[in-house]
Amino acid sequence: MKQARKIIEPIVEGMFRVSGAITGITILLIIVFLFKEGFGLFQSPTVEKGYSLYVHSTNKVEALSVAQIKDIYDQDVTRWEEVGGTSGDIMTFRIEDIFKMYKEEEMGENYELLPQKLAEVIATHPNIVAYLPDQYAPAVQGDIKKIPSRTIGWKDFFLGMQWMPTATPAPQFGVLPLIGGTLLVSIVAILIALPLGLGVAIYLSELASRRMRGILKPVIELLAGIPSVVYGFFGLIVLVPLVQDLFGLPVGETAFTGSLILAIMALPTIITVAEDAMRNTPRAMRESSLALGATQWQTIYKVVLPYSISGISAAVVLGIGRAIGETMAVLMVTGNAAILTHNVFEPVRTIPATIAAELGEVPAGSAHYRSLFLLGCILFAITMVISISAEMIGKRRAQE
Amino acid sequence: MKKKTSQKIAFLLFRALGLLVVGLLCWILGFIIYNGVGAISWEFLTTAPKDGMTAGGIFPAIVGTVCLIIGSMLFATPVGIMSAIYTNEYATNRTIVRFIRIMTNNLSSIPSIVFGLFGMSLFVNTLNFGDSILAGSFTLGLLILPIIIRTTEEALRAVPESYRAGSRALGASKLQTITKVVLPAALPNITTGIILSIGRVSGETAPVLFTVAAYFLPKLPSSIFDQVMVLPYHLYVIATSGTDIEASRPIAYGTALVLITIVLLMNLLATYLRKRFGKNLNTK
Repeated sequence: MKQARKIIEPIVEGMFRVSGAITGITILLIIVFLFKEGFGLFQSPTVEKGYSLYVHSTNKVEALSVAQIKDIYDQDVTRWEEVGGTSGDIMTFRIEDIFKMYKEEEMGENYELLPQKLAEVIATHPNIVAYLPDQYAPAVQGDIKKIPSRTIGWKDFFLGMQWMPTATPAPQFGVLPLIGGTLLVSIVAILIALPLGLGVAIYLSELASRRMRGILKPVIELLAGIPSVVYGFFGLIVLVPLVQDLFGLPVGETAFTGSLILAIMALPTIITVAEDAMRNTPRAMRESSLALGATQWQTIYKVVLPYSISGISAAVVLGIGRAIGETMAVLMVTGNAAILTHNVFEPVRTIPATIAAELGEVPAGSAHYRSLFLLGCILFAITMVISISAEMIGKRRAQE
Repeated sequence: MKKKTSQKIAFLLFRALGLLVVGLLCWILGFIIYNGVGAISWEFLTTAPKDGMTAGGIFPAIVGTVCLIIGSMLFATPVGIMSAIYTNEYATNRTIVRFIRIMTNNLSSIPSIVFGLFGMSLFVNTLNFGDSILAGSFTLGLLILPIIIRTTEEALRAVPESYRAGSRALGASKLQTITKVVLPAALPNITTGIILSIGRVSGETAPVLFTVAAYFLPKLPSSIFDQVMVLPYHLYVIATSGTDIEASRPIAYGTALVLITIVLLMNLLATYLRKRFGKNLNTK
């Protein structure tokens, strides 16, 4: 019996030790897996895998960036000289256009003549740019030049102004509109929630009777406990029409609606953290202020609030953190338009909502899939910074 | 005189804000209960959805949520409790303890959608679990680990040092002291943490989107490698992308009510337990 214990105890203690490291290990694994998938984006080609761009060999153009390819196919750029080619009007060509030039019978039974016909098309049109699948692509010789395929660069992602992951031939993975949308929605949410939350925190810590506290505290906990998808449902059915009617908008699914729902969701965090900070104001400071003849209200805003300012900033930071990472509620009420806007009454799309909306439909390993993981990395980095800065603010308070 | 009026106005405002928060909760709860109660029936709770999710019940989603609760608890409870035991009872190096606490805090601040991405990459793709109860349970288990670790740590800290000293003085080993004296004394508070995490698990959507949730799957799971429907995702689906959104509204209200009932019951139970046993330990 005693012997068995001698064997078992070190084993169990070893298990405790390993479990102690579990949170650290999890964070490490999250970093490894997120960044491994995410940074794969920069090895993905700018055009879809299995496709290439071809031009006439007399064309001077050597390389095309993601944005240039998109501009050309959107007809925003129509002259070759604008993108470094021999001057002339650009003629865009996709594989399906071949059927306007040749009859289907001419391609042969299994399209075995298709590459040859494509080669003819390119040879006869010196201003052409053709987006073709490698399967049917003509041999690169004679009049045909292939634009060397590039990989998506850092700039295309971090400085890109457009998020169009399914555009062909060149999908756009510009993250700026998503970051803009996320910040816009979260910051407006905090601007709404902060005054409300501070007011409630003051009420709870300075004014409320024991009975009112006994009611309010559980209410706040319950608000924090409601699942985000229920908030989203509530927002969709109640707030969306409300915002639409109130401001006379064409659609109610706007950044502002998202901010409203996020403000409600961030309230419990802000109230709890700010109230904690205010309660920590030493009694002596309050009493000396009152003894000097200040009213209770003067004491609150001249003594209690300045004293707890670092706690209040921690509350703001944590509230923003909560808002930035929130997925489902925002997904359901913001309208999901990936555009860069300053107007809070337009639809926007946030980073988490983009991941949730798009990841289900993309094949694993594609550029789009990797770009969504990279979005996850950005989100992870932002929340880590927020969590660490909140901790540092808290530590400074402890030292004071 | 002027001082008094500004105080009166300010205090009135704060009182109003306090009431506003209560009002908000009542509004949200009232809205869902008022609209949802009509949809609840025995049939709603025990049958599968039919007619493109515009009729029928939500039984498979309830079963799926229960599966995920059980699965994630089986993983997170032992690991979380052991982790807390290590930091509170064994670890002597203060730097390590601080590091572990910071990691736990950071883990709890990671957005749930990131857990979804991670779970998809590790459990679904790399470990090849596929979209399954197993992958979903692990993902959700990691998500609630910080809650369990934190509440367990608090519970262990609340056990008076004299309990441990007394047990050791009687010749019990450290492990015996922990399993026979410290853990039983801390158990009620640990239970609070577990109940809170059950509430959290039943309401989370983003982590299960890509690891387990099925859009529509009227049959019940037969193994841990099966996909299931879950309540929060089901609510999202019928609220935003069902075949006929207007016709499925009553179902959506009903689902929201069931979901919110589970979550709030768990929260209330945890609050009740904390009040009751928190007092107990102090008076001892």
